[in-house]
Amino acid sequence: MTKTKGIARRLTRRDVMKSAAAAAVLLPMPALAQGAAGRVVVIGGGFAGASCARALKALDARINVTLVEASRTFTACPFSNLVIAGMRELTAQQFGYDKVAASGVTMAFSSASGVDPQAKSVTLADGNRLAYDRLVLAPGIDIRWDGLPGYDEAAANVMPHAWKAGEQTTLLRRQLESMEDGGLVVISAPANPFRCPPGPYERASLMAYYLKTKKPKSKLIVLDAKDAFSKQRLFQNAWKELYPNLEWVSLSSGGKVTSVEPSSKTVVTDFSRHQAAVANIIPPQKAARVADLAQVADRSGWCPVDAMTFESKQQPNIHVIGDAAIMGAMPKSAFSANAQAKVCAAAVAKLLAGEKPVEPRLINTCYSVLAPDYGITVAGAYRPKDGVLVDAEGGGVSPIDAPASTRAAEARYADGWFNTITAEVFG
Amino acid sequence: MLNIRLLMCSLIYPLAAAAALTVSSIASAADAPPGASSCTGCHPARAGVSTPVPRLNGRDAAEMTTAMTEFRTGKRPATVMDRIAKGFTDDETKAIAAYFAAQKD
Repeated sequence: MTKTKGIARRLTRRDVMKSAAAAAVLLPMPALAQGAAGRVVVIGGGFAGASCARALKALDARINVTLVEASRTFTACPFSNLVIAGMRELTAQQFGYDKVAASGVTMAFSSASGVDPQAKSVTLADGNRLAYDRLVLAPGIDIRWDGLPGYDEAAANVMPHAWKAGEQTTLLRRQLESMEDGGLVVISAPANPFRCPPGPYERASLMAYYLKTKKPKSKLIVLDAKDAFSKQRLFQNAWKELYPNLEWVSLSSGGKVTSVEPSSKTVVTDFSRHQAAVANIIPPQKAARVADLAQVADRSGWCPVDAMTFESKQQPNIHVIGDAAIMGAMPKSAFSANAQAKVCAAAVAKLLAGEKPVEPRLINTCYSVLAPDYGITVAGAYRPKDGVLVDAEGGGVSPIDAPASTRAAEARYADGWFNTITAEVFG
Repeated sequence: MLNIRLLMCSLIYPLAAAAALTVSSIASAADAPPGASSCTGCHPARAGVSTPVPRLNGRDAAEMTTAMTEFRTGKRPATVMDRIAKGFTDDETKAIAAYFAAQKD
């Protein structure tokens, strides 16, 4: 204070008038538009967060971007069902952050222990504090450990969820491999919303493929908390054709799992008890914990965001993208996460420059692989309407009646998609 | 000052799209038209990715616009592009095509 006054006293009248004139011009614009392009902290280094961090640097290299991620290796969920079925190795799912760092993003290998939306700062577990002009949260999901009686972190070591790729994926694969032929495999599928809507059914298909080829006397039951699911007719037609030992039990047929008993690997519904040789419990989920720290999750456990900018509806200057966010019709997929990340980055770059974000259009395409040469998709475009993203014209699933060549082509395209998106995000 | 910049931004893009300019500096990533950033989820932005899906960078804008129109009407066979093309208007499609045509390696 004193120092500033001293300087002011030494200024001539002309100097003061000049700076007053400059201030009058500059005041309506955010200070950021003048010099440094701004500081963005991105939390979470998955398909959403790593994409957003790189997109920001590509849009404006002057933006100071820090990506906060606890793990030095990212393990991708898409295609991890192939790992469970023994058709792919986990290493093919794993990516480092060297290229992300080489693109100008500052990596902070730590986790966020606090977010102060008023002070606009993030505290890390390693003690560092990061100030931001805009914060992007891309934290993915947490399991609701209070969401299914009997299913806690210890239970997940016996009845894996494998809904975050890595150790859990390998555990489920090992259990399947060590199971005797003739065993019962149970998959519990959650109510909406959850990460990767077609995921449980792709997994059921590929586990059934494994059983059919390696342990044909075995049976697989999917117990579902829903009556309808993504690409349902396509999945069910394929199951009828390929996997007669796969049974799907809907909510209205008593499929909702009400509790689990890890000591005996028993899965309980209102009507029956299933003692499994292998039990894969895909439990209820919510936005990961940092969403609570930043006060951007609502009572549903997810983070409502604006469909134009992905800015939180609860906290200004904080954006949420990927599985943690809810903004209407877009499903929680890696493709969506990557598409949202790029739209969010463009909006953040505009906002930092004091400009108006452009109304976006987004695309999602979700591939599911049901057998090595059998792929299906759901695809669509999205546009903002009344603050949420709605389906544009078109969209939908693969044709119900398609020749084997179409299914084989979509399996090849699925492979290409994985290569493309991981190259864009991590390559 | 801000208003002039905004006005210029809103003017430059449609002009660039209409003229299908091939100067990559104008079609900077910041001014990618709505929808364009999603395309590279499947169509590789960079060379060297193993996929049967073609790259869009540097392709002829008119050729891409025609392809999208034919995907939309069902004239051209597709796996997913028939469903996606229907989600974009003619103007949106043309703008995206012009943007990718202007992207050079």
